[in-house]
Amino acid sequence: MNENMRKELERFATRIRIETMKEFKELGFGHVGGAMSIVETLAVLYGAVMKVDPSSPRWEDRDWLVVSKGHAGPAVYATLALKGFFPMEELMTLNKPGTNLPSHCDRNKTPGIDMTTGSLGQGVSTAIGVALGNRLDKRDSYVYLIIGDGECDEGQVWEGALYAAHQKLDNLIAFVDDNKKQLDGYTKDVNDLGDIADKFRSFGWHAVRVDGADVEQIYNAIMAAKEVKGKPSVIVLDTVKGKGCSFAENAHSNHHMVVSPEQADMVIEELERKVVEL
Amino acid sequence: MNAILAAENIKEETAMRDAYCQTLMELAKENSNIVVLDADLMSSMGMVPFWKAYPERTFNVGIQEANMMGIAAGLSATGKVPFAHSFGPFATRRCFDQIFMSCAYAKLNVRIIGSDPGVTAAYNGGTHMPFEDMGIMRNIPNVTILEPVDSVMLKDLIKQTAGMYGIFYIRLLRKNAVKVYEEGSTFEIGKAVKLKDGKDVTIIATGILVDEAIKAAKKLEEQGIIARLLNMFTLKPIDKEAIIAAAKETGAIVTAENHNIINGLGSAVAEVLSENCPVPLERVGVQDVFGEVGPENYLRERFGLTADNIVNKVHKVLQRK
Ligand SMILES: Cc1ncc(C[n+]2csc(CCOP(=O)(O)OP(=O)(O)O)c2C)c(N)n1
Repeated sequence: MNENMRKELERFATRIRIETMKEFKELGFGHVGGAMSIVETLAVLYGAVMKVDPSSPRWEDRDWLVVSKGHAGPAVYATLALKGFFPMEELMTLNKPGTNLPSHCDRNKTPGIDMTTGSLGQGVSTAIGVALGNRLDKRDSYVYLIIGDGECDEGQVWEGALYAAHQKLDNLIAFVDDNKKQLDGYTKDVNDLGDIADKFRSFGWHAVRVDGADVEQIYNAIMAAKEVKGKPSVIVLDTVKGKGCSFAENAHSNHHMVVSPEQADMVIEELERKVVEL
Repeated sequence: MNAILAAENIKEETAMRDAYCQTLMELAKENSNIVVLDADLMSSMGMVPFWKAYPERTFNVGIQEANMMGIAAGLSATGKVPFAHSFGPFATRRCFDQIFMSCAYAKLNVRIIGSDPGVTAAYNGGTHMPFEDMGIMRNIPNVTILEPVDSVMLKDLIKQTAGMYGIFYIRLLRKNAVKVYEEGSTFEIGKAVKLKDGKDVTIIATGILVDEAIKAAKKLEEQGIIARLLNMFTLKPIDKEAIIAAAKETGAIVTAENHNIINGLGSAVAEVLSENCPVPLERVGVQDVFGEVGPENYLRERFGLTADNIVNKVHKVLQRK
């Protein structure tokens, strides 16, 4: 990746973070931790990888994204708005009466959201279904899937892992957002996941681990995964819950947080300086 | 049963989840068989104090509701008394077969707590908004379904179920409830509480709709309509006697619930009426649609879960009388 592209993607990631924080500021609370930890991945997917058409969100030959950890919706909405799927102003309607932007991703409400999620674990199966359907129709497109690390507690994740490998689904590329935390604390304290990449590998997947805040590593891992034939791929993202928002990063409990206007403004100012520096 | 009505229906100081935690702490002190299970929602449920006090009797399995229900069943087979919690949708529909077979069909002994009933799931939106949880559970033979209306009732029911055997579904508001009963009240599972007598119509309500029903009854009284008011906190086994008496003595019934009217309170009452004493019935509740995101007050209006709507339905049912 050349320097220009890296900077471009980092700028995009920072803008996503700013817009996501503005959504939370308007609402006064939200799933800050898990939204912020996947921002770089969203920036790489929508900034450099995915084949999508904002003017035609249901274009048949597009690449798909299933955000199985559906509570990260606000970060995905910021990304989609910045890409032009819907007007930026709409971001201010998050969770308000009649909104198209609910807490959890909804394929019937938001242009660009490919699958309805919110009950953890289920996006794994729906992503597999889409990948199988696209393969039947001989479409040259990929299905991307984002899973939480805590979400990997669900048996459904591993049922899917087994079957995707059995089906040799090389058009499926999953990410596990390994931010080390779930709702009640650290995953190692609640239900230790061990080595997530090793587990997927033993299920027959191509699995790698990268720095989930490094756009270049994420990009390179996706490109390499596309070269892998005959098996699904998973990219385990080493991330920080609440990334880029100091008040959230520093809080022990940062899954769902109250966000004061001052906290939000501080983060937004800091990030805006970063965009200029980039 | 000795239900003492509160003089005033105001928001309680203690949140329901805190009352739940305190009650379980008290029970656990006396009964070493009490165990608590959760699926990564201990902090949301205010159960951290219990977790800290009884770490060896707390099983926070992580985000795996189906596994949790099976584990609860197994624990109960060894004589433990499990209380297993998740949000309502994940405590019922997400793990229905495990509840059905491992818990109920196997005749084991598990208390399932489903929190954030109906519109109280508010900002979590439609995916998390259970309008179907009681309906799902009602399909299982011999399950007891309880919806405590305030912290006084909650404490009493939790204590009672701890000493009983079977499968219980307790639908639990996490936030602060509106006070309906005075401290020291006791309740009989399967028996409705008569909050007010009346001769013209009966309003049968449960959960957050009880407070709306109380307000509705006052408005109706100003209009010269004297309503009987029942708090049907046990959805199953339902209090047939109270329903039949209400039908015979008042001749018209309105049900009110924070749930789909299909397979919830409205259905249960309709079944008793049509088999025993058919009288006109109107059902306030969610009219077979999915939930959506938003502030709770907006959602109450959106789905017609209001005193005004109860009043309207009473007028309608009286025209049919
Ligand atoms: C089936 C199910 N159970 C419980 C929840 C409630 N819940 C929402 S997010 C969450 C924790 C998620 O942890 P993780 O997957 O690690 O996500 P992240 O840390 O990235 O936010 C829980 C328990 C849910 N949404 N779905």
